[in-house]
Amino acid sequence: MSVRNMPPPPVSVDAGSRRPPPSSVGSQSLTSVGAQDGASLSELTAKRTRAVRRRRLTVYGLRLLFAILWIGSWQLTTSMKWVDPFFFGQPSGIVVRLQQWFTQGTDLGSIWLQMGVTMEETIGGFLVGAILGVVFGVLLGRIELAADVASPFIKAANSIPRVVLGSLFAIMFGLGLKSKIATAAVLVFFVVFYNAFQGVREVDRNLIANARILGANNRRLTTEIIVPSAMSWILASLHISFGLALVGAVVGELFGATAGVGELIYSSGHLFDVDGVFAGMFLLAVMALVAEGVITALENRLIRWRPRQISGETPI
Amino acid sequence: MAGAAIELRNVTKRFATPKGGTYTAIRDLTMEVGPGEFCAVVGPTGCGKSTTLALISGLERASAGDVLVQGQPVRGIPDGIGYVFQSDAVFPWKTVLENVAAGPRYHGTSGSDARKRARDWISRVGLAGFEDRYPYQLSGGMRKRVGLAQSLINNPRILLMDEPFSALDVQTRTLMENELLSLWAATSASVVFVTHDLEEAIALADRVVVLTAGPGTVKGTFPVDLPRPRNVAEIRFQPQFSRIYEAIWLQLRDEVLVSYERQKHAAAAG
Repeated sequence: MSVRNMPPPPVSVDAGSRRPPPSSVGSQSLTSVGAQDGASLSELTAKRTRAVRRRRLTVYGLRLLFAILWIGSWQLTTSMKWVDPFFFGQPSGIVVRLQQWFTQGTDLGSIWLQMGVTMEETIGGFLVGAILGVVFGVLLGRIELAADVASPFIKAANSIPRVVLGSLFAIMFGLGLKSKIATAAVLVFFVVFYNAFQGVREVDRNLIANARILGANNRRLTTEIIVPSAMSWILASLHISFGLALVGAVVGELFGATAGVGELIYSSGHLFDVDGVFAGMFLLAVMALVAEGVITALENRLIRWRPRQISGETPI
Repeated sequence: MAGAAIELRNVTKRFATPKGGTYTAIRDLTMEVGPGEFCAVVGPTGCGKSTTLALISGLERASAGDVLVQGQPVRGIPDGIGYVFQSDAVFPWKTVLENVAAGPRYHGTSGSDARKRARDWISRVGLAGFEDRYPYQLSGGMRKRVGLAQSLINNPRILLMDEPFSALDVQTRTLMENELLSLWAATSASVVFVTHDLEEAIALADRVVVLTAGPGTVKGTFPVDLPRPRNVAEIRFQPQFSRIYEAIWLQLRDEVLVSYERQKHAAAAG
């Protein structure tokens, strides 16, 4: 039944079929179109580049305009005493306060120390929360029994307003670094966990079947198929969770600390120094933006395999 | 047949439906595929063609009956199985080279050896120069070639193909069919090629198995005694081809009609 004429090394059938015959109409018209478009192609590219640049300029210009309007009206209304700068602060006052902090230091010591402390707490909490989130998300996503068992506990834990855990952690871990890392990590954990879990559940069944047929064992399946596939979900959650880690660190400082931008904000608040509160918020925003840039760079590295945005613009 | 590569004996496969009922995909199906044989399976939509492949590959287990590969009952995925999927199943986060090298790597071959073999297979399927591309940078036909190389690099003794070319345009499809035949001729693999396209089945196979409308069972088996090597683009002009086509179509037509009527009723009921 398995009679088959073994053909000589694939020549006759194959060589002809791999390429279309050179005399085909298609190839002729293609070359002529290519030659004709040679000049206009570079022109088109230049035009496109100009359009992209113009759009970018428009975006930056409008952003600047918005900032000027916002800060200008704030400055104006407070200078004219329509709004009391004592309660609402004033942009010029905020600038003065920042200048003061960077040149003369704060009541708590060097401003760099305060930022360093908060950054340390944030990054620590972010790493602990993200790593635990990914590990548990992948584990529970892979092991259905574990997911079924853990499900009510996770839902219950998730429904707690986790910020209040900060007071608990202050008792458990003291007023140092550890309690802030714990608060930040708890906030980060659930976001990353749910994303990792969902990402694992959404992996294309075909890809899993293919990897198994090709001989992948369970470990390979997890590291080479499941985790890379869930990675876009996980990375999306990291964007949100760095901000959450910052919230956790600052809230942690609320429950007792000796240094940090959060502590600086509270002590300014206690002294009715509204400009100081705004200056601290400004520093937190800068830190969050820098971290956001780092995460975006990481994301672009990790998921090179995904098609890029068509326009080549950085997503906002 | 003694020493069949694949044997299905009175195999039934049922699935539980979400509503709590059972759905029988194939019932009492018996067929054999000889060593080195190219066997095409045709049948109307929903006749259990893909389920048959899933059973042979060990991805699914039979509800009743025996599935044997190389004389051994199938438990888990048998050794020496290759599977080319209907939809894209190449790994989007791996380059072409990493995709093709995956099989040998999973079997414990060292990285450099696997890459060397992968380069060889990539050029055999006509993708030399595309080693470092990601799948999204390739056309549908090129991704199919990656899938083929990915399966063939493991030297499968059995190659299962589930409508592999159905998503391709007609020209690319003919090209790929010819390439498949020449690649297969250089191996000794048995092929089970599932398709809904009778022309494709006859052009490629040594034997065509017709399944009934679901639950699928074998309606008839037709040997295709066309000479090899074949050129898929031209073989359909041979009078012998038309005769085989007509004989099979007479059998297949009723099943297609049954399947179509059923779908109409299902659509009307739903």
